[in-house]
Amino acid sequence: MARAISPQKKWTFTILAWIVALILFFPILWTILTAFKTEGDAILFPPAFLPPHWTLENFFEVQARSDYFRHFFNSVVISVGSTLIGLLVAVPAAWSMAFAPTKRTKDILMWMLSTKMMPAVGVLVPIYLIFKNLGLLDSLAGLTGILMLINLPIMVWMLYTYFREIPVDILEASRMDGAVLWKEIVYVLLPMAIPGIASTLLLNIILAWNEAFWTLNLSAANAAPLTAFIASYSSPEGLFWAKLSAASTLAIAPILVIGWFSQKQLVRGMTFGAVK
Amino acid sequence: MGKIVLQGVEKHFGDVKVISNVDLTVEDGAFVVFVGPSGCGKSTLLRLIAGLEDVTGGRILIDGVDVTDLPPMKRGLSMVFQSYALYPHMSVRGNIGFGLKMAGLPKDEIARKVEAAAATLNLTQYLDRKPRQLSGGQRQRVAIGRAIVREPKGFLFDEPLSNLDAALRVNMRIEIARLQKALATTAIYVTHDQVEAMTMADKIVVLNAGRVEQVGSPLELYDRPDNLFVAGFIGSPKMNLVGGRIAEGYGAATVGIRPEHLLVGREGDGWRGTISVAEHLGSDTFLYVDVKDVGLVTVRTQGEAGLRTGDSVVLRPDPARLHRFDRDGRAIRAA
Repeated sequence: MARAISPQKKWTFTILAWIVALILFFPILWTILTAFKTEGDAILFPPAFLPPHWTLENFFEVQARSDYFRHFFNSVVISVGSTLIGLLVAVPAAWSMAFAPTKRTKDILMWMLSTKMMPAVGVLVPIYLIFKNLGLLDSLAGLTGILMLINLPIMVWMLYTYFREIPVDILEASRMDGAVLWKEIVYVLLPMAIPGIASTLLLNIILAWNEAFWTLNLSAANAAPLTAFIASYSSPEGLFWAKLSAASTLAIAPILVIGWFSQKQLVRGMTFGAVK
Repeated sequence: MGKIVLQGVEKHFGDVKVISNVDLTVEDGAFVVFVGPSGCGKSTLLRLIAGLEDVTGGRILIDGVDVTDLPPMKRGLSMVFQSYALYPHMSVRGNIGFGLKMAGLPKDEIARKVEAAAATLNLTQYLDRKPRQLSGGQRQRVAIGRAIVREPKGFLFDEPLSNLDAALRVNMRIEIARLQKALATTAIYVTHDQVEAMTMADKIVVLNAGRVEQVGSPLELYDRPDNLFVAGFIGSPKMNLVGGRIAEGYGAATVGIRPEHLLVGREGDGWRGTISVAEHLGSDTFLYVDVKDVGLVTVRTQGEAGLRTGDSVVLRPDPARLHRFDRDGRAIRAA
């Protein structure tokens, strides 16, 4: 029997949930609203919630001054590229850990995760020097590579968790049916793991899209993605809140849209009915 | 073709010996059942033959070819899993045809073979359904279809009926046995259910703690068990095993007598006891008789014997049907 909840309690929880959600969402909302204000209205005190004079001027100026679309293109290349290459590495890695584990598998997983516990700045100098010597500074290839590497532990972990849910019998059945390893993965494992792969893919695109530390430190003009584009509005000439907000809004909009539309597809499981 | 030979097969998981030194020959076209209590290694032995596990020692030959180091796909065997292990994202058609697709057969040939297999198993009308839209029995038939369509050298069945309800299990048991005879393909079938073993097998392999206890036809095992383990494991209700002075009287450490080989009387010489429970099944009556110095003895009598709980009876074992075992549990045979 479901736990009985009184109507009052239900309302209290609903209102609390809305308050928490609004607090979490408020900075984003504020950024979007500020993007439509004039620079003067943006620094009003006390602040005006809604723009007193709605304007699109910031967006035009931002595009004119720093070419939003070039940065957007770089962001797409880096985030999608690093995620796809990451999947190519992470799927076989997660397969072997989930379906052919050894005594050391748990240790390897922990070790991979532990690399995420180290502050990134700790390895900035060596990585910077490697990039410099290999001629990868300010290149799309270099940024794609580094983001793939820093997100790889998370991809392997996520896929490992999803793969573990898949009954090994089904993979063994495909082996009996004559599937070689790559066919087993492509025809049997991947189709069953689609929801897991989709959420891994999406999360990693978001992580790579929003990643600022490495992209800011290893890029200059050519390969700069949207994070560098935003950062360029908080520098020497002083802060331009409205333009900064317009830049931020433009930078997060694509990922917000993707996240909004894909939330449903990520939840559904496919293995039901295979194993009683 | 499909003669499977095991020579000194061993399997260890770390320090644990799961299979020790198994020698076995499965003749072409035979239906062989591996039976034993859970944990005896029967499923592991099947997986070794399938190639899903690597042997620690020994050799496996199929039609005279050493397949010990070959992967499953090169052994030419097909397997039916306990969990069915159907591909959930493929239709019944896709499931049955997957092995043929992997073998690179042309599409029209795959279609023809899949339809033929589906017709054999009454699955034609379900070909476009997904496994989740099928009942347990239908899923099991798809799993069997997937196994037969490839015309393998042998079928491996890993407790295929244990997820089905009792009535369906009997039907499927008959269906599998009939199919195997019709296709004349070697089959190795793992079960813990000795009724399945007795009814389906040409030859039963009784396993215990990773060793083969005895190999023989169902009736050989029933009538001439080699040791105490087989005597106690095969047959339902179980054989009565009696030690102590009564056994000594027969020159053995233990004597065994099946419930149907005890004659029940009211008077005379024999084992005197009281009926503690009488189970009336209509065709048979099972009596559980409390005998002094022996314990509870099971007796099977035909029809209604007119005996009731609390009655005092005398049991006389049929001397020709008495099994004698030595101190090590091995059968003592008359020279």
